[in-house]
Amino acid sequence: MDRQKELYREEAYELLDGLEDSLMELEKKPTDMDVVSRVFRAMHTIKGSGAMFGFNDIASFTHTIEAVYDLVRDGKIPVDQNLISLTLASCDLIREMLDASHDGAAPPEEKTELLTSAFVGYLPDCRENGTGKQEASTPESVTHPGSETTEQTWRIRFKPHRNIFSNGTNPALLLRELGSLGTCSIVSHLEDLPDLSLMDPETCYVWWDVVLTTKADYNALRDVFIFVEDLCELTMEVIDAPGETNDENPLYKRVGEILLERGDISTDAVEKALRSQKKLGEILVEGNTISPSAVQAALAEQEQVRSARKRRLAGDDTSSVRVPSAKLDSLVNLVGELVTVQARLSQISARRNEAELIGVAEEVERLSSELRDITMGIRMLPIGASFAKFRRLVRDLSAELGKEIRFVMDGEETELDKTIIDKLSEPLVHLIRNSIDHGIESPGIREQNGKSRAGTIRLSAMHSGAYVFIAVSDDGRGLDAEAIRSKAVAKGIIAPEQALSENELYSLIFEPGFSTAAEVSRVSGRGVGMDVVRNTIDSLGGTVEVTSIPGQGTTVTLKVPLTLAIIDGLLVRIDEDSYILPLSVVVECVEITRHDQEAIPGRHLVRVRNEIIPYIPLRKVFRLDSAPPDIEQVVITEITGNRIGFVVDKVIGQHQTVIKSMGTLLKRIEGISGATILGDGTVALIIDVNRIMHQDECAVSSRVAHEAMAPAPCPAHGPVSPHA
Amino acid sequence: MGKRILSVDDSTSIRQLVQFTLEKEGYEVVSAVDGSDAIQKAKEKHADMVITDLNMPNMDGIELIRSLRSDPAYRFTPIVMLTTESALEKKDAGKNAGATGWIVKPFKPEQLIAVVKRLIG
Repeated sequence: MDRQKELYREEAYELLDGLEDSLMELEKKPTDMDVVSRVFRAMHTIKGSGAMFGFNDIASFTHTIEAVYDLVRDGKIPVDQNLISLTLASCDLIREMLDASHDGAAPPEEKTELLTSAFVGYLPDCRENGTGKQEASTPESVTHPGSETTEQTWRIRFKPHRNIFSNGTNPALLLRELGSLGTCSIVSHLEDLPDLSLMDPETCYVWWDVVLTTKADYNALRDVFIFVEDLCELTMEVIDAPGETNDENPLYKRVGEILLERGDISTDAVEKALRSQKKLGEILVEGNTISPSAVQAALAEQEQVRSARKRRLAGDDTSSVRVPSAKLDSLVNLVGELVTVQARLSQISARRNEAELIGVAEEVERLSSELRDITMGIRMLPIGASFAKFRRLVRDLSAELGKEIRFVMDGEETELDKTIIDKLSEPLVHLIRNSIDHGIESPGIREQNGKSRAGTIRLSAMHSGAYVFIAVSDDGRGLDAEAIRSKAVAKGIIAPEQALSENELYSLIFEPGFSTAAEVSRVSGRGVGMDVVRNTIDSLGGTVEVTSIPGQGTTVTLKVPLTLAIIDGLLVRIDEDSYILPLSVVVECVEITRHDQEAIPGRHLVRVRNEIIPYIPLRKVFRLDSAPPDIEQVVITEITGNRIGFVVDKVIGQHQTVIKSMGTLLKRIEGISGATILGDGTVALIIDVNRIMHQDECAVSSRVAHEAMAPAPCPAHGPVSPHA
Repeated sequence: MGKRILSVDDSTSIRQLVQFTLEKEGYEVVSAVDGSDAIQKAKEKHADMVITDLNMPNMDGIELIRSLRSDPAYRFTPIVMLTTESALEKKDAGKNAGATGWIVKPFKPEQLIAVVKRLIG
């Protein structure tokens, strides 16, 4: 802008030089109107451009002179010697002003006032008595983007005159500008359009009803139409605004009311129409009372105001919405169905091999997978948020019981269903209390036993297939199987002669009324608690497991299902059956030949990039008798930091897996965590990799004990990426 | 390709300002110093819009508008007058001559852009 100012200054100096010449000439020929015009124009430009570039003092000063010369031009004032002298003096003054603005000096205000009043003397009172006051006001032809109020809905009827094109106006652009101000619905009225043969293309036959929800105020809207004000019929009224109308009722007026208000129809016509049963709009149109577009316009208004009100009602708490979880449940269910259907669609499209169908199928796949993620995401919360409160519990309890406890959490980021998290809270409190009270010894005893003074309680969560495992473990004294037995016998829970394994004995602590604490402490030992844990987990369809090593600690693991969760799975094939491995644990897939396997008899090890990885042939696990193919695939997974491969016949590819829980009869089958339905309607079992690995570990460790040193592991073929 | 705008003004600084402002918005700007120059330039290559001052030597804005409107090529072309006069007579004279709109000086660059957008998009 400074460059622009400089430019103006140069221009003004030039103009002033020319102006002085003109004035000298005018002195000689006071009646030469051409010269008067030149003087006027020079003043006009100095003024106009001056205002543009911020020379407001010059603009307002020259305005008065310009006004005087305007009168001279019209022949209302004769040119006299005095006027010319005054004008010449003004030239000097304007130069001074220009210099002052350049040097930053104070503008010559006194002189300005003096000369201004001298010029004002030439003006008749009725015309001008100020110094260009109106020029300083805001221009009226432009929008005021700053002038925004609250959101209102306007009803605008824009009916251009037929000749509106003749001044170069394009009404469509005006409507577009209107549309840019907010949410806008526009209905065109084409009923005046004549037959093509009669139509004059230079005539505007169309008019518009607009409903606009905007924050712009009246002036801003008016500004859009300012150039065509006298070339159109324009009505604008507010039909909806916050507070002004009944916000609690998001329903807006009926179509009939709108039409009445707009003057499109009479009360009689509406009442007559209302007497019949059809929709008002249809009747009115059928009866030729009004045009279809009028009804359409009214409907558009109704729709827009209703949605504006709804938005307003909803607007207050956009940050979060409370939704009954039953609704979310049915949403999750539907998404599950959708994913299944989508799988079918993909399969069909792959078979048909039609480009168009494949395109649609891929689009549906993308959408359903997004929908799935969002839907699951809505229900899922990281468990860490609820873990946090246990810190306080541990701190308070350990202080009360005089124990030193280190509390460790991991897997806080594990996400699971919000309702399950809520229900887990109570059982976890019991388990932690129990560990602190019964598990962790007092610091003195720990030291005697060669342990650190501070006991450790670990709370961990882990996602595994269709389940989340939440474990509370301590490094305390462990469970005393004998104490449990005698207590159980005393309480009549078991018969004295009943033979039970250690694990069976341990699970007795979850029986109602069971407590081994010798004395009842404030914290636990009243015999309530552990049975609550099992009841809650049972109700969630999960299981509770206790493992304990005397003197080393106890671990209670809660296995909680993610009911109808949907996961990304890796679809594999063994024999004729399909299985799903959770993709989250899959690292890579490699090939293994029968020769590779036979090279190391009795050993299941595969070498992948110099790493030796054990594998489990699933065919054997599931006791399938058919012969394996010559080349099998090893799906290498990483489970709790250990790499382990699962041998399958064939890797099919990635699959969005809707987890269906197994029926009651099949629930106890180990190694399978659920099932899913494939696109062709067949069932694929979801492999519980954790469980299978665990089983195998037990089997292997007993086997290894009897076997000699392992021979060198076989080399594996290069990695094969899983794809369909 | 940007739309072509013919800017007519006898003041260099205004011409510069108009050109600078509109070119930044992606329009192509052709400048003319007065009405007759503008007629010349308008004939050479069609402009999508004309922005003209009213008080100019040789041929003033009103005359320019009238002349352009009589040219079939410019019958429906938006023509905006720049005017310091908020006085009705001048505005009406321009409108009667066929001006599409007007901008009152002084104006801010944004105001100029708003009007141009309104008329030629």
